[in-house]
Amino acid sequence: MTQQPATAPAPVLSARGVRKSFGHVEVLRGIDLDVEAGETVVILGPSGSGKSTFLRCINLLESLYGGRILVDGRDVGFEVRGDRLHELAPDEIARRRRDIGMVFQQFNLFPHMTAFENIIEAPVGVKGEKRAEATERARALLAQVGLSGREDAYPRQLSGGQQQRVAIARALAMRPKLMLFDEPTSALDPELVGEVLQTMKQLASQGLTMVVVTHEISFAREAADRVVFMDGGLVVEEGKPEDVIDNPRHERTRSFLARFL
Amino acid sequence: MAVPDKAGVVRRRQDAAAAPEPATLDVSNATRRQHPIRWLAGILVAVLLAQLINMLVTNDNFGWSVVAQWFTAESIMRGLGVTLVLTVIAMVIGIVLGVLLAVCRISGNPLLRAAAGAYIWFFRGTPTLVQLIFFYNLSALLPRISFGIPFGPEFVAFDTNTVITPLLAAILGLGLNEGAYMAEIVRGGLLSVDHGQREAGQALGMTDRRIMKRVILPQAMRFIVPPTGNQVISMVKATALVSVIALSDLLYTAQSIYNRTFETIPLLLVAVIWYLVVTSVLYFGQSFIERHYARGDRQQPSSFWDFLRIRPKRNAFPAVTEGPST
Ligand SMILES: Nc1ncnc2c1ncn2[C@@H]1O[C@H](COP(=O)(O)OP(=O)(O)OP(=O)(O)O)[C@@H](O)[C@H]1O
Ligand SMILES: [Mg+2]
Repeated sequence: MTQQPATAPAPVLSARGVRKSFGHVEVLRGIDLDVEAGETVVILGPSGSGKSTFLRCINLLESLYGGRILVDGRDVGFEVRGDRLHELAPDEIARRRRDIGMVFQQFNLFPHMTAFENIIEAPVGVKGEKRAEATERARALLAQVGLSGREDAYPRQLSGGQQQRVAIARALAMRPKLMLFDEPTSALDPELVGEVLQTMKQLASQGLTMVVVTHEISFAREAADRVVFMDGGLVVEEGKPEDVIDNPRHERTRSFLARFL
Repeated sequence: MAVPDKAGVVRRRQDAAAAPEPATLDVSNATRRQHPIRWLAGILVAVLLAQLINMLVTNDNFGWSVVAQWFTAESIMRGLGVTLVLTVIAMVIGIVLGVLLAVCRISGNPLLRAAAGAYIWFFRGTPTLVQLIFFYNLSALLPRISFGIPFGPEFVAFDTNTVITPLLAAILGLGLNEGAYMAEIVRGGLLSVDHGQREAGQALGMTDRRIMKRVILPQAMRFIVPPTGNQVISMVKATALVSVIALSDLLYTAQSIYNRTFETIPLLLVAVIWYLVVTSVLYFGQSFIERHYARGDRQQPSSFWDFLRIRPKRNAFPAVTEGPST
């Protein structure tokens, strides 16, 4: 084990040689990615390039077959004992997932709970926060995503954009160290995309550490500290948004971006 | 104004204008279509109903006075009690077993999956009546029942005949059988919940148990409750089977009375009316529970009243007010 020097804090996310296959299809073929605290990293790439799969490996919704992912300096699904990694029990994995928020393409709000109940469910039920405290925070979060007063609305009574903003508030309620967004605006009507991206830009500027998979090039340009282009289960190139988007070095990046011009 | 290629349209308009239309034309005061077939069917049903009532009143063989005499007799009440207790216990066993079996059926452990599948296959594939008789005669198969370490020492042992009373045989027969049916209902409910719900729970750091309890089951309930209500109602009626193993339920009690008095039809009527009362009450309760589990859903199931058409259908979600939009 290499010890990080105390002066350089460990990255919030550190992925090394992440490999994953479904059956015989190798979907991730060795992904390396570091994300520092406060950074917003946008992952671009064609459909089927493994972006979602990589994101889901980070919080272990998919198990990786090889390599290693550290979040805040430790494995989500394993424990170091001696010179080996040992798989953790499901409940311990659940505990470690609390630090990683995730926002899904399909929102996945709990339809039988109101917006408010969706938000306090995990802080109260999983983390054991006091109800009064969680209530206070839920209100503040709803205000932050521009939905104060909609506490008692059920998801189906909200528009897609509103639902996605509730989903963001729900993830934030756990005070995650890392937030993952998997195409958060892809299921939205075009006129609702803006409000969700606005909320996300705000979060990025407030110093939340975010990894965002999206096809919204404008968001990448405006909010990303770094853009990563993936194709065929590999990181093809990464760098500052203006470099990757405006001056891509690789042919595959160029042809992908050409579709958005 | 008239465009050449739309001449046809224009001409038709002029034709219509030729016959002057009064300004009062409005669908709200249009003449409604008549429904002669409906009227005919209605009259037919009314005639049949009148005939039925006439028979019920004038046919002395119904023996209404005998029905009234026995309707609340102590023995009948005790029989009704047995039927109700049996229904409740068998359903509780069935539901608990059903949830366990369903969870096994969708678990990642292939051995559990196969075992649950075999259980369901066996209990759904054989008649309830046969299962009841089988449990009643369990002592012929296993004269002794003992608990202990498998293939090791025993802790306690019983003589099967003293343990398996008719009541226990009935509870086992009906409950274990119900478990198999409930398992399929619960499994269907669990599978009907979108996979993303589970992932959302996982991403929030919830344990599998908590996801099941707080996320999956409450949503699955909407799909589980209606058929379960039907199962309860079926169970009330299925308990009548236990009369073959001489358990004094409602039917068996009625039978033992008419075996003495030969008032067969009146006593069967006593049983029939009680079964109807119980199942009606259950149906009523079912509609309320269904509404409870439809929270957050736009399409609420119709209430008992809507079913009876006593009240007009109301708008779904009348109670929810739109909050101030931001
Ligand atoms: N559960 C699964 N079983 C089998 N194959 C899968 C599964 N999930 C993903 N795949 C395959 O893995 C590959 C990568 O999928 P992934 O969803 O990660 O791509 P993506 O980059 O997110 O694409 P998109 O932009 O369309 O969302 C695809 O070929 C997909 O068919
Ligand atoms: Mg994807």
